[in-house]
Amino acid sequence: MIFDYETLRIIWWVFLGLLLIGFSVMGGFDLGVGILLPFLGKTDTERRVIINSIGATWEGNQVWFVMAGGALFAAWPTAYAVSFSSFYFALLLALFALFLRPLGFDYRSKLTNKKWRDNWDRALFVGGFVPALIFGIAFGNLLKGIPFHLENDMRIVYFGDLRGLLNGFSLLVGLVSLSMFIMHGAVYLQMKTVGDINERAKKMVWIFSLSTMVLFAIAGYWITVLDGYHIVSEILPNGPSNPLAKFVKREPGLWLDNYGHLPGLMAVPVVAFVSALFTVIFSKFNRPGIAFVFSALVVTFVILTAGCSMFPFLIPSNMSANSSLTVWDASSSQTTLHLMFWVTIVFLPLIAFYTSWVFRVLRGKVTVELIHKNNHTLY
Amino acid sequence: MISESVVELSRWQFAITSLYHFLFVPLTIGLSVLLAIMESTYVMTGREVYKDMTQFWGKLFGINFALGVTTGLTMEFQFGMNWSYFSHYVGDVFGAPLAIEGLMAFFMESTFVGLFFFGWDKLTKGQHLLITWLVALGSNLSALWILVANGWMQNPVGAEFNYETMRMEVTSFSALIFNPAAQVKFVHTVAAGYTTASAFVLGISAYYMLKGRDAAFSQRSYTIAAGFGLAAVLSVIVLGDESGYTDGEVQKAKLAAIEAEWHTEEPPAAFTVVGIPDQEAMETYHAIKIPWVLGLIGTRSIDTPIIGLSEILDNNRLRIHSGIKAYGLLQQLREGNRDEDVIADFEAIKKDLGYGLLLKRYTEQVVDATDEQIEMAVKYSIPEVAPLFWSFRVMVACGFISLFVFIAAVIVSSIRRCRVDWVLKLSLYAIPLPWIACEMGWFVAEFGRQPWTIAEVLPTFLSASSLSEWDIILSLSGYVVVYTIFLVIELFLMMKYIKLGPSSLHKRRYHFEVDERGL
Repeated sequence: MIFDYETLRIIWWVFLGLLLIGFSVMGGFDLGVGILLPFLGKTDTERRVIINSIGATWEGNQVWFVMAGGALFAAWPTAYAVSFSSFYFALLLALFALFLRPLGFDYRSKLTNKKWRDNWDRALFVGGFVPALIFGIAFGNLLKGIPFHLENDMRIVYFGDLRGLLNGFSLLVGLVSLSMFIMHGAVYLQMKTVGDINERAKKMVWIFSLSTMVLFAIAGYWITVLDGYHIVSEILPNGPSNPLAKFVKREPGLWLDNYGHLPGLMAVPVVAFVSALFTVIFSKFNRPGIAFVFSALVVTFVILTAGCSMFPFLIPSNMSANSSLTVWDASSSQTTLHLMFWVTIVFLPLIAFYTSWVFRVLRGKVTVELIHKNNHTLY
Repeated sequence: MISESVVELSRWQFAITSLYHFLFVPLTIGLSVLLAIMESTYVMTGREVYKDMTQFWGKLFGINFALGVTTGLTMEFQFGMNWSYFSHYVGDVFGAPLAIEGLMAFFMESTFVGLFFFGWDKLTKGQHLLITWLVALGSNLSALWILVANGWMQNPVGAEFNYETMRMEVTSFSALIFNPAAQVKFVHTVAAGYTTASAFVLGISAYYMLKGRDAAFSQRSYTIAAGFGLAAVLSVIVLGDESGYTDGEVQKAKLAAIEAEWHTEEPPAAFTVVGIPDQEAMETYHAIKIPWVLGLIGTRSIDTPIIGLSEILDNNRLRIHSGIKAYGLLQQLREGNRDEDVIADFEAIKKDLGYGLLLKRYTEQVVDATDEQIEMAVKYSIPEVAPLFWSFRVMVACGFISLFVFIAAVIVSSIRRCRVDWVLKLSLYAIPLPWIACEMGWFVAEFGRQPWTIAEVLPTFLSASSLSEWDIILSLSGYVVVYTIFLVIELFLMMKYIKLGPSSLHKRRYHFEVDERGL
């Protein structure tokens, strides 16, 4: 093995981040486009323009999300088990909403009936709105810590409920995520369309970039008074993955610890903020391609901010702090991390390569004329 | 301790959602390959009708694919949501093939499927054909990795228990991939998918032929489906799953239960065609037996015995006793004892730990288990025979009827101008058979592994999340309601497009379109 256990754990923390960012950047604009669909498309043809702007690619984009879940299972199995069972109803809601997307995209335009199409448009809205909100709420709860306890045989006991997840801070993070994905989707639509839809999308970019900045700033302030977590016992970065062997303290403001040790990290939230500003500017001056790069940076750096604040914690427990899961004690074995490292190193660049080829084939604007011309083959 | 009803409800939910998912998977696996074959013919011959075939069957593929993707998401979520102890306990091993499936297969399939539908005008003929083959390759590779994961649940090779992390960890990844249970399963399942898709195309083409519609289109579809289907169904039958049942204790118990083989017979064992199995008496009433057949199918030899259930129970009793000791030692280790002797003793018998865990169903104090509790655990250590016995026979019957249908279809389609209505009708009405066989096969594989989720390692009743009954009643009803609505919508659309036939492509040369012009 070329890497020690500690290095592999850090690599896998980075990979997990990459996949989450991959999903938020690639799947994020699909969610945003779904949310904007009923508002930016006034006629059936306009709505088909919006749907077909992502029609051929959303399927591949969604795999980033599936992949993030799969990587969590393979590399951080205990974190997968704790988060998925604790967020039971929240995830169930997100899942049921996500169901509506494959069906909405594929089935909507297969019949011409107006009621049929209107209902699928609503479904596509829900399929974007609910997951975008819930992913943020889930992240908010991760920052707060969730009420679980690990027994000696590693059975997970969860003491919370759905209402507990809907606390003020987490709802705020939910709104950050919602607003960020709508912004990202609007920039994408501005890039892929012309005329009326393009104009309406531009307005949305303006509104939701600003709201993302404001909400992100409030969340940043809230973090300074929120309870953070810190490992107080000796850390064994190369030890076996046993989350029960450490002591953790919980105090307000501890999530700022990492920034204290490495002041350079402050650049991460700052880049998120500045990118949002550039998104508005380039969108205003009709350079949606560049604006899209910046809105992708907003998404990336907002997620990185959460990661940098929490490291090395993956899932803190506010019920039994010592049960918290961290990078050092919740990973797969060294053998599995090592194997999966090579699999990822081979396939992730390959995926990036063929995905960009597909986007290149499908480049260009989607227009009303294009829909009329390909009435029977497009969504 | 989680309650019995929580475990039962979680099992029902998993069974319902996976059987439902598996309504769409075989068709996706098989139809993707059929589409690639049709399009290859188009590229080689240049004849438009093959392009139309690819596009029309591709439309039906799309309607099915959407629900396959939808219900597949549930499967990925569900391990963590409802089976969190399982996820922790075996995620180190089980998670890897699932993640590889995503990286190697699902990404490829999903990225290219959009170009399959929308890339006809944007790609050259050769490029589009490549895309179609990559979609087919993706869906078949998906099946491979999922079945590597599932094969490991049946026969958990290449991993061992680590007391420090309280879970199973990988020791040999190649053993995991080349697990005989997984290999056999993959071939069997993929061939079943090819059979399903062939029966689908065959039956619908027969419907057009019976109606006298679009002769050139439907006859070519029928011929391709007949040939491919015959090859596929022969593979399913010849490369039956049973050949993978010789490795692993639980696989052996599954085989014995399927065959209601209560006691080990002199090899080669007889095959019980039908009968009424009675688990209490360990006897099969009114059994009709064919000598030799079971031994030949099950072991591919005439002198290897097939172990009967009563011998398996005796063996399990020994392992439960050893498992109690292993559990006692594990308790000491978990409390921080690092005495070398304790570690050595535990390492020597930890392969029986799972059998000790079976007792947790009857007592929290595994080490103090009474003889009565041990006997209950022994009895519980093999699956229920009757459901396995019957579902297996239904599966086999469906397989053999399908074989007959495909033979007839090949004969009909290879003789010029030979159109036998009863064969066409048979082809149409035989459409559901492969689906029934697939569902039954899945049931046999999973129910036959009980009482374990991971054979010999982790009992099912310990695998579930610590949720409340109401949590699962709510989610289960949600799934049932939503899935029912989806199925109604899917079947409605599917029927509509089947009735429209190739005229749904608006190429102005098919039935309905030609008639309209005539008027």
